[in-house]
Amino acid sequence: MKKRQKKNGGSPMDPLRQSPSRSSSRASSPRTLPCEMLGYVGIEAVLDQLKIKAMKMGFEFNIMVVGQSGLGKSTMVNTLFKSKMWKSTMPGLGVPTPQTLQLQSVTHVIEESGVKLKLTVTDTPGFGDQINNDKCWDPILGYINEQYEHYLQEEILITRQRHIPDTRVHCCVYFVPPTGHWLRPLDIEFLQRLCRTVNVVPVIARADSLTIEEREAFRHRIQENLKTHGIEVYPQKCFDEDINDKILNSKIRERIPFAVVGADREHIVNGRCVLGRKTKWGIIEVENMAHCEFPLLRDLLIRSHLQDLKDITHNVHYENYRIFRLNESHVLPRGPGWVNLAPAPASVPAPAGPQANPSPPKVGGWAKDNSDEEC
Amino acid sequence: MDKEYVGFAALPNQLHRKSVKKGFDFTLMVAGESGLGKSTLINSLFLTNLYEDRQVPEARARLTQTLTIERRGVEIEEGGVKVKLTLVDTPGFGDSVDCSGCWLPVVRFIEEQFEQYLRDESGLNRKNIQDSRVHCCLYFISPFGRGLRPLDVAFLRAVHEKVNIIPVIGKADALMPKETQALKQKIREQLQEEEINIYQFPDCDSDEDEDFKRQDAEMKESIPFAVVGSCEVVRDGGTRPVRGRCYSWGTVEVENPHHCDFLNLRRMLVQTHLQDLKEVTHDLLYEGYRARCLQSLARPGARDRASRSKLSRQSATEIPLPMLPLADTEKLIREKDEELRRMQEMLEKMQAQMQQNQAQGEQSDAL
Repeated sequence: MKKRQKKNGGSPMDPLRQSPSRSSSRASSPRTLPCEMLGYVGIEAVLDQLKIKAMKMGFEFNIMVVGQSGLGKSTMVNTLFKSKMWKSTMPGLGVPTPQTLQLQSVTHVIEESGVKLKLTVTDTPGFGDQINNDKCWDPILGYINEQYEHYLQEEILITRQRHIPDTRVHCCVYFVPPTGHWLRPLDIEFLQRLCRTVNVVPVIARADSLTIEEREAFRHRIQENLKTHGIEVYPQKCFDEDINDKILNSKIRERIPFAVVGADREHIVNGRCVLGRKTKWGIIEVENMAHCEFPLLRDLLIRSHLQDLKDITHNVHYENYRIFRLNESHVLPRGPGWVNLAPAPASVPAPAGPQANPSPPKVGGWAKDNSDEEC
Repeated sequence: MDKEYVGFAALPNQLHRKSVKKGFDFTLMVAGESGLGKSTLINSLFLTNLYEDRQVPEARARLTQTLTIERRGVEIEEGGVKVKLTLVDTPGFGDSVDCSGCWLPVVRFIEEQFEQYLRDESGLNRKNIQDSRVHCCLYFISPFGRGLRPLDVAFLRAVHEKVNIIPVIGKADALMPKETQALKQKIREQLQEEEINIYQFPDCDSDEDEDFKRQDAEMKESIPFAVVGSCEVVRDGGTRPVRGRCYSWGTVEVENPHHCDFLNLRRMLVQTHLQDLKEVTHDLLYEGYRARCLQSLARPGARDRASRSKLSRQSATEIPLPMLPLADTEKLIREKDEELRRMQEMLEKMQAQMQQNQAQGEQSDAL
């Protein structure tokens, strides 16, 4: 797995981190002058040690897929991780869409070349399927905040576990239906609310119904929409650390949202066995860049930015939540409980803004959705 | 000459000639969520560019927009036959976050057309009744769903007794063949469950040939039609140019029966069942509306009584029609039509006179 070198040395990987590095690459650190090496010391072996420890501990990744039913969410997850996480159903079969939004989580441990990944996928069947979809994003926001709350409760204990189980959602993939026109009002409402709480990666679902020109036009319109409404999707511009990151991420930002196609059936094309969809006029190969942008999505989520997604979730989104909760409780007695947080109410109200915070979070203000004024 | 030959075998020809002279008018409504390829399909069906100056509004505009009903008219002529096609579009349907009741303007529109016809029919001057009733509604179902969505069911239940519904699966090139079959099956089951009456094709006569019967049966089985629309002509790898959509993995041909049901839909809608749609609208749906309307006018509490059969035999002349005010725009249109006709007559008279004068002038020259 590719590791991105951070400026201040040593990528903060999950299993090794005892305390959240709040003073991570985001804040300024004292400049240290590089020193000339007189011989080989063997410092670089640290990387190997990290690697060995990581392989022992394994990794965790939590992903959430959101979108209307039938946009290929389950198939996409199966395609991404090349395993049957979910049973993807055909239109006629399977359970009918539920009347209200329900969240379903499935956890699997998958292994590749000795590296273990504990993958949790949360699905949201029933999103946007009803006649009245007002406030259908509430359960999703509630779930995400619940996971933050769990982590917070574990973190403030006196005797903490060595490794706090991380159930926070690291990435939310939002499936936009391929209408070819603009983002729908529902998409905008949802994205506006969620991009402040979690890393959101929008994708154009079922892109095999759009030609290349239509895809480009649609992509431009969506990018315009996102800009107009102030929606910052992953990779967020404000978190680019150095010039390399900027270059890499700008390339990605140009192509967001990716036009993806998912498939979990294999077909023979030119002697090779590929994942694809077979129609009467051709076979759509999922891994072929000329057909769809699935490889880009896979690379982003798994091969290059998985650790970055987790870092941003931990350093930014979780911190925002924590600050809000601490401010809200107003009580910091020293005693058996160390921090006595008021129990999180069922519907968390909008915060007044984290003012008493020395290092302001990059994302200004974490807001819950109950604010109709924001739209 | 044959003594037994009377000559009325030529009657269909007379009908044909008259219809050609009169022309046909047909009102088609398209409904469904945006982004399902409705405009493209209409352009493909009638080979016109009805949606040339169309601008799709972006989401911000749509946040506050309510459902609007747009009417576009076009005259198409082919082989000497003129068809005056009116297209009723419903932009904004199913777009907003809260779509409750978004089908009500559509229902109201359809009923208004019936009402208009009822008043015209009961009026004094019945020579030039403009038939603006909706003859057919093409309802687009998303290929990405798992059958009919709650919104689809709500809309169809609201209009199925008022207009001929033909369900259509838009953008069908997103589906593999098995998926298409499964989706069609699911939709048919759902339509039966929800007791929605879609337009039923009349059975073909028993004396038609086998080929025709087979074609007819095939067509009936492929409802809802899975269609793909396109107005672009693509060169399909050396063979003749076809209308289709060009992807990097292949080309979908719109008029290829193996690729989609476009040909079936076109044949059914335009070639074989246009007149039947109009007749069903008139005989079944309009009459149903009329009966309901008049019954409720005659005796407001009549529905509770058991003597409904007696009521339906009551003639319309006994029931006073309330004078509901005509919409102003409709009146204006009528007046303008009248004016146009009068001006045309005057023009013709003037032309005739000019010709006469010319002829007289020539005569006087010659003398």
